[in-house]
Amino acid sequence: MVNTDQSPAAREARRPMSPHLQVYRFALTMAMSIAHRITGVGLYAGTLLLAWWLVAAATDAASFANVSWFMGTIIGRLVLFGFTWALFHHLLGGLRHFVWDLGYGMDHPEREYLAQGTLIGAIVLTVVVWIIAYVVS
Amino acid sequence: MSNNPSSIRTAAAKVRHLGSAHAGTHHAWRMRITSLALVPLTIAFVWVVVSLIGKDHATVRATLGHPFVAILMLLFLPTGVYHMMLGMQTIIEDYVHGEHAKTFSLMANMFFCAIIGLACIYAILRLSFV
Repeated sequence: MVNTDQSPAAREARRPMSPHLQVYRFALTMAMSIAHRITGVGLYAGTLLLAWWLVAAATDAASFANVSWFMGTIIGRLVLFGFTWALFHHLLGGLRHFVWDLGYGMDHPEREYLAQGTLIGAIVLTVVVWIIAYVVS
Repeated sequence: MSNNPSSIRTAAAKVRHLGSAHAGTHHAWRMRITSLALVPLTIAFVWVVVSLIGKDHATVRATLGHPFVAILMLLFLPTGVYHMMLGMQTIIEDYVHGEHAKTFSLMANMFFCAIIGLACIYAILRLSFV
């Protein structure tokens, strides 16, 4: 039965649609793609903390004490931990993009290895940096 | 493609090589250049931050104001802020479709990045020279 309703809303509903997220089987590479973007947004917001830290250090001891206190709280540490992870995830994701830019790693097993390497590598680097940070401080 | 007689692209458009967005590949290319620069700069930045954890104000001041660290930060900060401005621009262009909302978001992105970038650079310069 062909819908012959020519109203704009009905025409819009019949418009051919391109397939989107809901029709695809989950793949690690798609999750890594959006994770790259989300970590980028997280780092974008995180620069507020970086600016606060640097400006406070440049202002006076009292301002620096405030930012140091916040970074030392549980919430501050969680935010910094998340920032560290986002930084490494985004960094390794960027390296993955360089591999693709050079024309490698786009076929089936390689792209899965790259995705797993990025995911695991970022977690390992984050934990290693935090262990070093606790050891030196 | 360029020799296709049925192409409606003008000769001038082909020479300018800017495509339908009138911006060519500058955005994508600058993203690559800043990415490449940020690989060593980010590792160095993490090194600096980790070395300053738990240190008192005087030590942090002295380290960030040290020429080697300050130059490193002055390379890292504008490169990172420019990179994130380009990235957020792409996200806005992908998800914000209303013309007014898009223009406003793109402007807000530039203002945010300008404020963050200038604040960080000013702080490093002040730590270096005051």
